[in-house]
Amino acid sequence: MKVFWQNNMALLVVLLVVAAAGFGFQRHLDPYYYKILVDVGIAIILVVSLNLINGITGQFSLGHAGFMAVGAYASAALSVLAAGPWLNGLALGGAQKMVVEFVALGVIVIVGGVAAALAGFVVGMPALRLRGDYLAIATLGFGEIIRIVFQNTEQLGGARGISIPPPRSDFTGVYVCAVLCVAFIWRLVHSVKGKSFFAIREDEFAAATVGIDTTKYKVIAFVLGSFFAGVAGALFAHSATGYITPAQFDAVKSIELVVMVVLGGLGSISGSIIAAAALTLLPEILRGFAEYRLVVYSLLLVLVMLTRPQGLMGMKEIKLPWHRQPYQHKPVA
Amino acid sequence: MLEIENLHVRYGAIHALRGVSLEVRSGEIAALIGANGAGKSTLLKAVSGLIRPSEGRMRFAGTQELGRLASCELVRQGISMVPEGRAIFSNLTVIENLEVGAYLRRDSEVKKDREWIWELFPRLRDRQRQSAATLSGGEQQMLAIGRALMSRPRLLLLDEPSLGLAPLMVQTIFRTIRQINGKGASILLVEQNAHMALQVAHRGYVLQTGEMVLSGTGPELMETEQVKRFYLGEA
Ligand SMILES: Nc1ncnc2c1ncn2[C@@H]1O[C@H](COP(=O)(O)OP(=O)(O)O)[C@@H](O)[C@H]1O
Ligand SMILES: [Mg+2]
Repeated sequence: MKVFWQNNMALLVVLLVVAAAGFGFQRHLDPYYYKILVDVGIAIILVVSLNLINGITGQFSLGHAGFMAVGAYASAALSVLAAGPWLNGLALGGAQKMVVEFVALGVIVIVGGVAAALAGFVVGMPALRLRGDYLAIATLGFGEIIRIVFQNTEQLGGARGISIPPPRSDFTGVYVCAVLCVAFIWRLVHSVKGKSFFAIREDEFAAATVGIDTTKYKVIAFVLGSFFAGVAGALFAHSATGYITPAQFDAVKSIELVVMVVLGGLGSISGSIIAAAALTLLPEILRGFAEYRLVVYSLLLVLVMLTRPQGLMGMKEIKLPWHRQPYQHKPVA
Repeated sequence: MLEIENLHVRYGAIHALRGVSLEVRSGEIAALIGANGAGKSTLLKAVSGLIRPSEGRMRFAGTQELGRLASCELVRQGISMVPEGRAIFSNLTVIENLEVGAYLRRDSEVKKDREWIWELFPRLRDRQRQSAATLSGGEQQMLAIGRALMSRPRLLLLDEPSLGLAPLMVQTIFRTIRQINGKGASILLVEQNAHMALQVAHRGYVLQTGEMVLSGTGPELMETEQVKRFYLGEA
């Protein structure tokens, strides 16, 4: 029990700070900045989870937006069919409403994550058994297929898109998920067995010779990454706009996410966070440039990759003082 | 320790091993020599479960039938391979490479074994916090061997450990192979450097385009015309 507190104290403090900040921002922050902050939070979940697959484990997924779409649409279906009407029927108010909506959002987000994880398992299992570029092709194909499926599913709004009832994923909801996602992936890959992910990335063949079940670890990374993509999708679907269309989850979105992972540094979780934040903020900052926005954006990317081909952080991490030691699930005797 | 009978391996249309038989006795070093493309690496990969033979039997430690087991299970059984070309984890530190080598172990003697690796290769001890990419070729080979030893193998498979190393480093590597064998591990050593390999080996085999053409004790093989001419470079 004592160990549990030692390990999770910092995490709990961060979560409380997030909750408090969310409360304050809701009241006092300009809605425009509030929305950008929420976007950054969702991007962090997407990029860190894709880094687990592409950076840390060295696989190449080109379909993260597809798994995001699965999470978004699964959660949308749940909200439209069940959660929304049910919440409406309760007719709650004040603090009670807030708590119930927060819990409902938690359930919705988990459903989105699980749906995407299942899709990830179905796509990843056959592709990950093989070496090489099969995963890139399979995930790219999956992303396009799933988008076309949603486009043609009239019950989910088809190409027009679908409007989603509350609960809304506010700052608190998004950042609680982001913090949990980062903490979970960090602990996983910095645990004793977690070195296996890096080993597979470095040399899959050699990893097998030391007894690592490489297929198992690749599937774990891929399914977990897809899970968090689904979580991000559910949060995205329930954000203030409350409206999603299949076109938002196209291959361009997947490629954008890969760019962020590469820019932050393949394998660096802190790099992914920085890149997600920077590349989400940048287009907003560049709004003044109007039509030159995309040009400036691309130029900046090229510039970074020329000066730092290994990404902003390379494989390095910004470590907090209590992270200097490998994460231990149990005290060392 | 390891008995291979009539082993066949195919890569699609390529018939890489055609009925190979070989034995590594307990406590011995067996050397397998042969030219590039003879099928040496293929044989090691088959033994360590990384490819499936299409035919033949492989028995380990008297009873255990290999050939259907996954590579992680084989490591658990005590077979460990040092792959060709120093396949180390370059972006991990030296010590992390060894930690990954002990991946399957839960016992408390991992630290003790690491000390042993430091004794075998003092240079690695000095560089333990460096990323493995910064090591010289010879040091990387040491690390690859050290990593394989961390799983406490009863049978160690070495794929061309001397390839591309300076003569002095080759000496060091072969001395270590003897030391490891002295500690009780049986060794199957694949080499193109027939001279060095047959000197340390108790038993030798010559593989030629997928077929075993010669076998015998180390000194016996060194005396045969064929080995002298093709592998020792004597006229
Ligand atoms: N993955 C593979 N796919 C197809 N052919 C292969 C593969 N690996 C090796 N081979 C072929 O099998 C033969 C034996 O190769 P190998 O075992 O690597 O030889 P050696 O280690 O003795 O140099 C060669 O003809 C090689 O081209
Ligand atoms: Mg070879």
